[in-house]
Amino acid sequence: MTNTSSIKTGSPRSSGHRTREYAAGIFIWFAASVVMAILAWIVVDITVRGLSQISLSYLINNVADAGRSGGIGPVILSTILILLVTLATAVPLSMASAIALTEQVGHDSLLARYIRLSLDVLSGVPSIVFGLFGNVFFTITLGLGYSILSGGLTLGCMVLPILIRTTEQAINSVPVEHRHAAAALGLSRSTTLFRVVLPAAAPALAAGIVISMGRALAETAALIFTAGYVARTPESVFDSGRSLSVHIYDLAMNVPGGGPRAYAAACVLVGMLLVINGATALLLKVAGFRIAPHFGARR
Amino acid sequence: MIAAHNLFISYRGRNILRNASLEAKPGQVLALVGPSGCGKSSLLAALNRMTDLIPGATVSGQITFGGAPINSVFATRAELCRHVGMIFQKPNPFAMSIRRNIELGLREHGERSRAKLKQITEHVLRDVGLWDEVQHRLDHSALELSGGQQQRLCIARAIALKPQVLLMDEPCSALDPIAAERVEQLIQSMRGQYTIVIVTHNLAQARRLADSIAVFWTREGIGEIVEHGPTETIFETSSSEIVNSYLSGRRG
Repeated sequence: MTNTSSIKTGSPRSSGHRTREYAAGIFIWFAASVVMAILAWIVVDITVRGLSQISLSYLINNVADAGRSGGIGPVILSTILILLVTLATAVPLSMASAIALTEQVGHDSLLARYIRLSLDVLSGVPSIVFGLFGNVFFTITLGLGYSILSGGLTLGCMVLPILIRTTEQAINSVPVEHRHAAAALGLSRSTTLFRVVLPAAAPALAAGIVISMGRALAETAALIFTAGYVARTPESVFDSGRSLSVHIYDLAMNVPGGGPRAYAAACVLVGMLLVINGATALLLKVAGFRIAPHFGARR
Repeated sequence: MIAAHNLFISYRGRNILRNASLEAKPGQVLALVGPSGCGKSSLLAALNRMTDLIPGATVSGQITFGGAPINSVFATRAELCRHVGMIFQKPNPFAMSIRRNIELGLREHGERSRAKLKQITEHVLRDVGLWDEVQHRLDHSALELSGGQQQRLCIARAIALKPQVLLMDEPCSALDPIAAERVEQLIQSMRGQYTIVIVTHNLAQARRLADSIAVFWTREGIGEIVEHGPTETIFETSSSEIVNSYLSGRRG
């Protein structure tokens, strides 16, 4: 009650205080601008140097002269195949694990806490370690060789922790009122989960999948040991295949004069990410969901 | 129709409600009133065994439906919920289309015929006065509706199962005054068709709506029913000091 007057009149405060707020304001805006500037720089740099080299023939033709000429058709195909293998293994596994964590194991039980701890540790493991593991386990022990399958499975292991945690959070963020309503209507546990909870969590689930796809698309180290380098068109998932990020790495590091083409490939990679993001948002909109940030806001 | 006999409720060993008995007569509206934290909502949740889902909640005493213990009348909780519907304080439609909101419960309870589903959907939406507002956008998300419309949709979703009893936990308190009035009128219009047990903090509303009333009060930290009877009798001639001062707005 004693400082009512100071609240009403705004701030009859010391000028030192005001200066500090002013400085803090400048710093915050400066930091935010730096972040935006870095992003803008990267995008503009890649677009300016890369976009002019991209044409339909570049997107579909075979790699020639170690990537200095020709196109990246097989590379795009390999990338998509690796991504599909990754998703086909990681999404069902993480979905099931997250459901087990949220619905079966008690939220605060010892088991759940240990599972979460190991997932957090796993998500901090450097990707090159996953690459070594994938090399030993998938390519050698399971005898899959350097193949799209080995690469995809390795990336699947790599994104599993993120995907499980985001899925778990998505399920937990469904308002408890939905569960109450379902219980009051006499819906069974499985109906509640599959018809009420998971649909309500769909935007957040999709966001988790998109993040994982981004990780997988960006991955280079883990793929060199598992999916390999071969830039030919893969005939099946048992063939070796070169992903876009590996292609960029190769052009930039190993191929003299490959720099300009690395920018073109990077441009395609960024484009792919944008397409995936846009397609997901569109898909959710068509399915009648609000996009993730708005989820739960209107209650 | 539905009644509680000597009900005790506790959460994790802490007593919430002590020795509560009340009865809602067929087709009548029973209002539960009293200050916050005296066990009204807990009692309501015990009536359709929502308390089963709350970890640490124990209920002792008996609940009867049509004179027989609910566990002997209904073999499963799902069966019970089909006959005893519930409306919550915050409108909670599912994040799906208006149509699916109503159909989901019906499908779960075995209604498969498309024509029948369509007919029931229209019927209940007309009952809650929502049909004219939503008939052209049944496939839009229920979350696009206003709060008041959402609450009426929730009522439609509950009555689609043709329950005999409707439990309502402060159904108007999260709504703006105009929407609240619509919902209150709706409850008024459902009198006779359903037995309604409604928790409300709005005494004027309780007086307008209820045929009978149960007044809750906290004593020594535990809730109990201090008076239960026909609304007018309790408002006009209650002998209890607590009830009189609460109902006249001097306490609580």
